Amino acid sequence: MDYARARMGGLLDKRLVVVIGKGGVGKSTVAAALGLAAARSGRRAIVAEVAAREDVPPILGAAVDHDAAGAERELVPGLHHLSVDPDRALGEYLHQHLPLGALASMMQHSDAFLLFAAATPGMGELLSIGRVWELTRARTGRRRRYDLVVLDAPATANGLALLAAPRTFAAAARVGPIAHQGGEIRATLCDPARTGVVVVATPEEMPVSEAIGLQRDLRRELGRPADRAIMNAMLPQRFSAGDAAALRGAPDDPAVASARWMQARGRVQRAQRARLRRAFGEVPCTSLPFLFGARQGLEQMERLAAIVGSAR
Amino acid sequence: MSGLADRLAGRRVIVCAGAGGVGKTTVSAAVAMSLAMRGLRVAVVTIDPARRLAESLGLVALDNVPRRIDPALLVPVGIERPGELWAMMLDAKRTFDELIGQLSPDERTRDAVLANGIYEQLSGAVAGSQEYTAMAKLYEVACDPRFDAIVLDTPPSRNAVDFLTAPDRLTSFLDGRALNVFLAPAGLARVTAIGASVTFAGLRRLTGVGLLDDLAVFFRTLGGLTEGFRLRAAAVRDLLAAPATTFLIVASPEPGPSEEAVYFAGRLRAAGLPFGGLVVNRVHPLDPAEEDQAATAKRLEGALGPPLARRVARAHAELQVLARRDAAGIERLAARLGDPDPMLVQDLDSDVHDLSALAAVEAQLSGTRRRPGALRTPS
Repeated sequence: MDYARARMGGLLDKRLVVVIGKGGVGKSTVAAALGLAAARSGRRAIVAEVAAREDVPPILGAAVDHDAAGAERELVPGLHHLSVDPDRALGEYLHQHLPLGALASMMQHSDAFLLFAAATPGMGELLSIGRVWELTRARTGRRRRYDLVVLDAPATANGLALLAAPRTFAAAARVGPIAHQGGEIRATLCDPARTGVVVVATPEEMPVSEAIGLQRDLRRELGRPADRAIMNAMLPQRFSAGDAAALRGAPDDPAVASARWMQARGRVQRAQRARLRRAFGEVPCTSLPFLFGARQGLEQMERLAAIVGSAR
Repeated sequence: MSGLADRLAGRRVIVCAGAGGVGKTTVSAAVAMSLAMRGLRVAVVTIDPARRLAESLGLVALDNVPRRIDPALLVPVGIERPGELWAMMLDAKRTFDELIGQLSPDERTRDAVLANGIYEQLSGAVAGSQEYTAMAKLYEVACDPRFDAIVLDTPPSRNAVDFLTAPDRLTSFLDGRALNVFLAPAGLARVTAIGASVTFAGLRRLTGVGLLDDLAVFFRTLGGLTEGFRLRAAAVRDLLAAPATTFLIVASPEPGPSEEAVYFAGRLRAAGLPFGGLVVNRVHPLDPAEEDQAATAKRLEGALGPPLARRVARAHAELQVLARRDAAGIERLAARLGDPDPMLVQDLDSDVHDLSALAAVEAQLSGTRRRPGALRTPS
């Protein structure tokens, strides 16, 4: 029995998928591909970014709309996007959790409260993950608004801080709404049936080291490992070991230099992928191809979505 | 301005900033090496170096204090007396603890702060503390008479500019005067404004009592240290704005890192901080011949045999697509940043993990071993 598959089911069947990894490895690309795969399978999906980032729309060939910051908007049919702005999330949170709108407005405009929110370590993270968590429960009429929420998390350490914030606050506040909600968010994150975690790396030493470290940190912070590793930007294997020897003996030439580069880099990449696979054990590892052409746009994303959507 | 040497003449503090994944650590180490080659005693403060980079520097592991790299290892790459190369890796938690120790009036205060739950959060898990401690460490190393120059590799935060505002953010956090008004019992009595008391009621309702209590204890304990933190933050700000400080922006030709570079350059300008130049890493060399794939295959047939020649031609054509895209991206970025002649570093075929590989990066930064045509700056 395939342990990982039995435990996780398909990633697209979760309510929330968290995409995490080192800076620059293509987390937003993977998040966009997962969201697109969900939309193409008939699900209603949304990709959420935090810290007011807007990386996902251009990846999907959509314009960045600064006026839409903090609002949910449909980028392609069935696929929505939200850039979580911590300040706005604060206002929304207050309105939800305080009985009187007037009281909420007053607090939102109170210097003391703003200072409290800005200064309390981890408050921005809590509000952001809280906003994302609300998306998993949001309803339009009687219908659930989204079947799948994909969180494009910040790079390793900041991403972990985001996932750890609910527990921190549940522990620090002990009683009251923050403690209660922190506990609920945490329960969702820790439940492999509801939440999937995808660790992204590129086939280089540091990104792979961080991915391996993340797997350990996820077990510690959430009591659960990642469901899948994604190795992004794998070069095609064009040359055999025999070719490599022939290339070494070949005359110096720009084309031969290109071939040597690709052969050498490919070898390093495969060694790093093997290292990641060893460390992840039974957790599946999906490879995405290096894109020589455009890195952005719907056409490229459809290619990647087909791979991440069909991977089991 | 062109090569690294011209750009860094007279500079004592070099901050390397940019998006995650562009090779900041490698570039920082190469910049430090370059200064050491010119006879300076240089410390490179890295955030998260590759283990193999540390090993290649002859260090078993990097820790929170500068370690000197064995001079014997440096001679082959052209670093000789009086040049020295030192390296350290920032440990955010330890740096923070040490800072509390330095600023505390007595051991009791220090121990009380270190044991507080809110402090645990602030110093350990929370995003932002790494940025703050990087700045604190920069200041500490800059004041160390053993070094002529410091190169700082900035934290891999998603927003590459967070560290610029980190000292101010922390000061405003510790400067919880507004909070103290309703946290401290004595302060409470003084609250008469209806707004403040409503706020307090709402806050209590929202956070629960526990969190407020922890914060109150934290602020009371730390009250005496606030001034020290404020002075330190001001000193860091002065250091960043000093004439001997410069910022290098590191990017790759990709759209994401380029956007971050532009954003960061804007933030530098707004803060009145000096921009010392653009480094574009992971560049694919452009072949000026612009030969088509079939012609390349034909030309190499004799030397490699037709099947291999075809595959080589295909690999070359694929990399030239990247190279052309890189060149266009670099041209746009250079124009937007106002650095017409950025320093380019090739995308290497393996990770940098020894001193000679690092020296090769340094040579590219300095423009000393740049083969004509191998790496063409877009004109």
